[in-house]
Amino acid sequence: MNAAQQKPRVDLQVIAQMVTHGARVLDVGCGDGQLLQLLAQQRGVDGRGVELSQRGVNECVAKGLSVIQGDADADLIDYPDDGFDYVILSQTLQATRQPREALENMLRIGRRAIVSFPNFGHWRVRAQLAFRGRMPVTGNLAYSWHDTPNIHLCTIRDFVELVEQLGAHIERGVALDRAGAPIRVNAPWWVWNMMGEQAVFLLARDVPASRSAQRKTEPA
Amino acid sequence: MSNSLQDRQSGASFSAAGSSLAEGKPCGKTLVFPADQPLLTDGGGRISPLTIGYETFGELNAERSNAILLCHALTGDQYAAGVHPVTGKPGWWEAMVGPGKPFDTDRYFLICSNVVGGCMGTTGPASVNAATGKPYGLDFPVVTIRDMVRAQAMLIDHLGIDTLFCVAGGSMGGMQVLQWAASYPDRVFSAMPIATAAKHSAQNIGFNEVGRQAVMADPDWRGGRYHDFGVRPEKGLAVARMSAHITYLSEAALQRKFGRKLQDRSAPTFSFDADFQIENYLRYQGVAFVERFDANSYLFVTRACDYFDLAADYGGSLALAFKDTKTRFCVVSFTSDWLYPTSDSRAIVHALNAGGASVSFVEIESDKGHDAFLLHEEMFFATTRGFLESAATARGLKGKGA
Repeated sequence: MNAAQQKPRVDLQVIAQMVTHGARVLDVGCGDGQLLQLLAQQRGVDGRGVELSQRGVNECVAKGLSVIQGDADADLIDYPDDGFDYVILSQTLQATRQPREALENMLRIGRRAIVSFPNFGHWRVRAQLAFRGRMPVTGNLAYSWHDTPNIHLCTIRDFVELVEQLGAHIERGVALDRAGAPIRVNAPWWVWNMMGEQAVFLLARDVPASRSAQRKTEPA
Repeated sequence: MSNSLQDRQSGASFSAAGSSLAEGKPCGKTLVFPADQPLLTDGGGRISPLTIGYETFGELNAERSNAILLCHALTGDQYAAGVHPVTGKPGWWEAMVGPGKPFDTDRYFLICSNVVGGCMGTTGPASVNAATGKPYGLDFPVVTIRDMVRAQAMLIDHLGIDTLFCVAGGSMGGMQVLQWAASYPDRVFSAMPIATAAKHSAQNIGFNEVGRQAVMADPDWRGGRYHDFGVRPEKGLAVARMSAHITYLSEAALQRKFGRKLQDRSAPTFSFDADFQIENYLRYQGVAFVERFDANSYLFVTRACDYFDLAADYGGSLALAFKDTKTRFCVVSFTSDWLYPTSDSRAIVHALNAGGASVSFVEIESDKGHDAFLLHEEMFFATTRGFLESAATARGLKGKGA
């Protein structure tokens, strides 16, 4: 789905840091396999991928990655419960038809889910709509309204609300600014939602005992 | 396992290249299992003695870890590469098998055996029935894909190979791959089922039945006892091949190659001559086929495919056939294959996923129909290389020249 993107994505490195060594990982929307390769090299994971574009799948398999053609909407349903330690949806959530079902499936298949997505609440996005009266086109959201695959855009705050509705738990959240640098962890949510151009969340199915160690700030 | 392997090896007699069979067909290596090592079939039959005709390409390494079993399709045989001794043509997977090719003979030890029920060296309906001294004909037990795989396992035992690095094959060969992975999960490190299905569809069975009826309608078939009369149902078998051949190609490929072009003439002759190039082509395919294939064998191997329904052996759940498998799979289909369409491969992939298997799935863009897996398809080659390379790394196989 993101096979066309040329530059290595900042969020991939952030995701890699969230994955434990030797884990079983399913990367949904794995594109040309950049993240799976990174995870194999840096984390020694047992990785699998699902990719919508045939070109992406072929490139992955030719690289020796285990990837099947499919998508988050149609194919996650076929995976058994607890098959993976991590299910990753990297910059793909906004392109799914049913993001809520996709997330539910991810949390069913994997003990943990990692989701990265472009933040529609970023100030540039807001500014384009508010002051120019135009659908936003930014570096992260590079498509015109009529040809975009991104049909379910959300803000960081929207996403956090959905996670709560699903009864899942945010173990870690990282918002990245325009330069790709993480925003201060102790910044309030409204800063994340305004300044984060993209966000990466590590989700767990249920609430662990050590929740006190996590952020307790409510979304602004 | 090693003990039983020894027993089997000591009991089997082995003849090197150059030997020939009772039916007079030249063949490469053959292996004979005597009466005390029969092949007991799914249908309750007993094939004994059992001869297996096979070929090998490349060298088995010291660890015996680089062996790949290639499973041939319906009318294929053990001559996957090299020159076919009967037709004089290149082997059926010449595009894929050889030095530096995806199935690299400089690196892997490739084994390909003729299926049981076939007619190129392995015991089949044209072989002499020890009980009567005459060819089996229809007395040959109806065999299944699983019986074919059982016979292959006997060969692999004999060769002293515990785990196959890969089992690969297309079409009926792909069914054998799936059966291998289900029957002997610990002996298959990686598997490539190509352009195949986990069960034969009504359409598949229907086409096969047309072919069988064409054979049986030939007066020279003589209830399957044509050998006794010194005749062969060549016309019937040729018609069977002609109709089957259409199913191996796509409409687009036929259109591109033949369209409505006329054969060596500028106008229709208003007769039933082969006016059209496609007619001439199919007639040629039919005639060429009967030169190398036994009509009864055609009945038996098509029947084996029809009976194939892997899920049925596992309570209707294909996922159970692959439950907790450690085998690495690469499933391949081709866009224009309407005989074993991508949906068949996708069903296999879903079952493998549900069983927690390591699986890759690639649908190759090709307009060449089912036969695409035998032809030069760059993306298919790249897929095979990538898959085998990663499996070799996981298996700890050294690279070429290492």
